[in-house]
Amino acid sequence: MENLITLAFLVVKILVITHVLLGAVAYTVWLERKLIGRMQNRWGPTRVGPFGLLQPIADGIKFIVKEDLLPPGVNKPLFLLAPLLAVALGLTSLAVIPFGESITIAGHTEALQISGFMRADGSIFDANVGLLIILGVTSIGVYGIALAGWSSNSKYSLLGSLRASAQMISYELALGLSLVGVIIMSGSLSLRQIVDAQGGNILHWNFIGGWQFVAFFVYLIAAFAETNRIPFDLPEAETELVAGYHTEYSAMKFAMFFMAEYANMFTAACVATLLFLGGWHSPFEGISWIPAVPLPPIVGALVPVFWFALKIFFFIFFYIWVRGTLPRFRYDQLMAFGWKVLLPLAIANIIVTSALVAMNLAPIGPK
Amino acid sequence: MIHQALFFIFAAICVAGALNLLLQKHPISSALSLIVVMGSLALLYLLLGAQFVAAIQIIVYAGAIMVLFVFVIMLLNAGIEEHTEGSRIAVYFGVPAVAALVGMVLYVLLKTSHIEYQVQLGGFVKPTRDVAMLLFREYLLPFEVTSVLILIAIMGAVVLARREP
Repeated sequence: MENLITLAFLVVKILVITHVLLGAVAYTVWLERKLIGRMQNRWGPTRVGPFGLLQPIADGIKFIVKEDLLPPGVNKPLFLLAPLLAVALGLTSLAVIPFGESITIAGHTEALQISGFMRADGSIFDANVGLLIILGVTSIGVYGIALAGWSSNSKYSLLGSLRASAQMISYELALGLSLVGVIIMSGSLSLRQIVDAQGGNILHWNFIGGWQFVAFFVYLIAAFAETNRIPFDLPEAETELVAGYHTEYSAMKFAMFFMAEYANMFTAACVATLLFLGGWHSPFEGISWIPAVPLPPIVGALVPVFWFALKIFFFIFFYIWVRGTLPRFRYDQLMAFGWKVLLPLAIANIIVTSALVAMNLAPIGPK
Repeated sequence: MIHQALFFIFAAICVAGALNLLLQKHPISSALSLIVVMGSLALLYLLLGAQFVAAIQIIVYAGAIMVLFVFVIMLLNAGIEEHTEGSRIAVYFGVPAVAALVGMVLYVLLKTSHIEYQVQLGGFVKPTRDVAMLLFREYLLPFEVTSVLILIAIMGAVVLARREP
């Protein structure tokens, strides 16, 4: 019976979190069109609903009812598998991301994380290599794009997916190495323990208190490249490659690549928040002259989730802002920047962080 | 119980992937089968409680090495390969050698019934710290020698790939 209740809560948790993410993905597209529109001095979507708020629903219906083309000459099994793989891997990372401490509903306490479970003493345990699981899932995410381009049997698609593979392998190094400093400072690979090590106000977060600001900017830039966003969107550069790896895809299969890209953006934003910006901790936590407001328990449990969502929103806004500001890199600039600037910076950051820790200038673990 | 079931499921997927790797005619299909083998191996490591090794298996093999394989196959646009009839040496020497090897492994496995030497499945997790302690204390020399070996391989590749001026 106890097992059944746990299972039921787990299923509810998975359904709620997945649907919140997919809803957020749909409305990020709306936000992006709206913000880019304002940055270019036009209105963006305005016709469907107030402020164009129903535009994502109209787009969704359009994707579903459009003709699903299967071009001749494609490798059919892989052509169908590629979008599924892309979207499935985009959503998998969600399983290990913690959103807050725990919430008690009807006498049952549940961790705010799909793969987090309550111990008998009320503490929470999660996958002890959560960060590596996210890195692993992101690193095999490239197959969706690579296979899409290859199986389409079209030169634009193939060029797009070759660029994507080369770009993602190159930037994954800088991305992974930029996280090592944080791992040294927290002494753990578990996402929950990494956040716990940054407990407290804004000065305790790894970005400032952990001396990881260089790593933060390396991660941020590498994450743009990993998610194929402007200025690193060479795999789908429309002026050169029609639409890159998804040129031959239509209707819902195209929408799945779209969803995967935005889900990956959210994953990158979640990792940045958890590792560098203190996860669900409020920037004013533990400051004595700010009065504590008494809250009902269920609201109190959701306040950390609010801070987490706010930080995610900041990153999503930043992604869109950069898209509206910067032009695209040239291919040789992209490779040179990744290998000659970001990678040495990330390695230097590891050396400096280790030196600080070795000389006891920066304490490991909870500050 | 569930761990045993999972073990057999993923072991079967692993073997099926390995067979498919040999039977497929297209290099891409073979490479993808190899990724399936790597993935199911990672899950077997996970069942043995080695979360770190499982994650590294995915990142290094499935995420880096196999991506390069697929990249090269795509870049060279390798076509469908022909299967040969098979050589006589394989039939006369290969099959008995495999049979002897399998027989030996089975004999050792069946002889070692002592519970101490048997592998435990599931229900426990080893912290990453243990891996680090073994790797950087007890087995430091083999670890460093292996890294030098890989460095030599990289330098060799650079020398071979560099064009004469």
